[in-house]
Amino acid sequence: MIRDRLSGNAAVALAMKQINPDVVGAFPITPSTEIPEHFSQYVADGEVGTEFIAVESEHSAMSTCIGASAAGARAMTASSSAGLAYMYELLYVAASMRLPIVMTVANRALSGPININNDHSDSMGARDSGWIQMYAETNQEAYDNLIQAVIISERSRLPVMCCQDGFITSHGVSNIELLEDEVVREFVGEYEPENYLLKHENPLAVGPYGTSPYYMEVKREQAQAMKDSMPIILDVGRKYAELTGRSYKFFEEYMMDDADVAIVVMGSSAGTGKEAVDRLRAEGQRVGLIKLRTFRPFPRRPLAAAMCKVKAVAIMDKAESFSNSGGPLFNEARNSLYDLPAKPFAINYIYGLGGRDIRVEDYYNIFKELYIVLENDDPSDVYRYVGVRDSRFVDEEQRMVKEVYRPGAAKSYGQNREEYEV
Amino acid sequence: MYERKRHARDINEKSTWQELTVGAEIYEPATSLLVNTGEWRVNRPVFLEEKCKQCMLCFLYCPDSSVPVKDSKRLDFDYMHCKGCGICMTVCPFDAIKMVKEGAE
Repeated sequence: MIRDRLSGNAAVALAMKQINPDVVGAFPITPSTEIPEHFSQYVADGEVGTEFIAVESEHSAMSTCIGASAAGARAMTASSSAGLAYMYELLYVAASMRLPIVMTVANRALSGPININNDHSDSMGARDSGWIQMYAETNQEAYDNLIQAVIISERSRLPVMCCQDGFITSHGVSNIELLEDEVVREFVGEYEPENYLLKHENPLAVGPYGTSPYYMEVKREQAQAMKDSMPIILDVGRKYAELTGRSYKFFEEYMMDDADVAIVVMGSSAGTGKEAVDRLRAEGQRVGLIKLRTFRPFPRRPLAAAMCKVKAVAIMDKAESFSNSGGPLFNEARNSLYDLPAKPFAINYIYGLGGRDIRVEDYYNIFKELYIVLENDDPSDVYRYVGVRDSRFVDEEQRMVKEVYRPGAAKSYGQNREEYEV
Repeated sequence: MYERKRHARDINEKSTWQELTVGAEIYEPATSLLVNTGEWRVNRPVFLEEKCKQCMLCFLYCPDSSVPVKDSKRLDFDYMHCKGCGICMTVCPFDAIKMVKEGAE
């Protein structure tokens, strides 16, 4: 075990060096630019055997990975925001061809207005492309997820997107425990696909035209692969825990066992959330947090069971979906509760768009609002924003920041929002 | 329980999703021979063998390899793959190919 301090991008680039993929095709885009930058230095210094292809666009980056992977190579790339959006067409192709491509994403808002800071709108836009998606809270998790992703991807034959929060973890330097190069190389092993284009013993054609009598069966088979990836993700997490002592499942539960109310959140904001949980716990409030790691496959049943430990959950979306019914995480997490006889109230908070900070105080307010929902026995409007300036609530927000919730107090809060609901 | 099929000849429009290959991969060459792509032909070339001098221009020009050749002689059209484009009729110097409406005698 090596102790170091690295930015998330440097950690991910180092993980790529240790994985030593056969082909990397990448194009720079903020905030993931440093990943191909660091990695191409490893290539120039002869520290990896990788064929690094400096492509002219992200469309070509993913096309390169698809071609390389179909040919039998271990292929990786990195992207963000508009770059990821420019890959969009090929993301579906990679997934339907069942190619184990691993992409590291430093999440960034999509334009417009043009913005380079973090939210999850880029990868959320690709949520239906058939890729496994994992989100990291810390640099350590970004590093750990990427190493595991190689095996998860190859065993499930699905591409994997490893997301971290742009600038927050991608550029923030923090302490990290690294594995030795040879330990990583042994863990990921050699990539030995059964069929590939350069295997002369078996002729192979990939990416055929799927006419309507076949397309739907191909998609159903792909959906099964996503289901079947769930035990693989757990198994790889177990093996990684044996190696490192750091355990990874679909989500992490923080102070959930005796909690009344909880937050469900992905990515770096979970760290701030845990701080809020710690401080409120010190005041005797029984609050908890669930940090979702795998958004695809969506761990419907286990997540629902975890949320059912509490009476009200705030489900946090760092992406709008303009559905008029909440963000993508909210809709899926809340949906997973539907069949259960006893379920918590589930409230959505859109937060952190375009790099808007979420503070410990914001979480205080969210927990307060959850207690108020419980006290009123009424969720009021479940589709809410936090951290946005709103003329209707300016006075109220200031009051809420000052007051710590006490049972019986501020009963009206949350209710008066309903009158604005359309 | 469910067995994936490996050969294109074993996969057809009745195959279940469990029987398809992973990622719709194809593990053998020349599988297009099995697929009837000539079904949307509107005009049909007719080979008039008595006029044919075996110059092979039709074979060279056919964009869909629908002029089979055996022992240096062209045979009748492969209607399973011919799309009826009429290029063969246009290039034939001996009027040995005529186009008729599909379905007509």
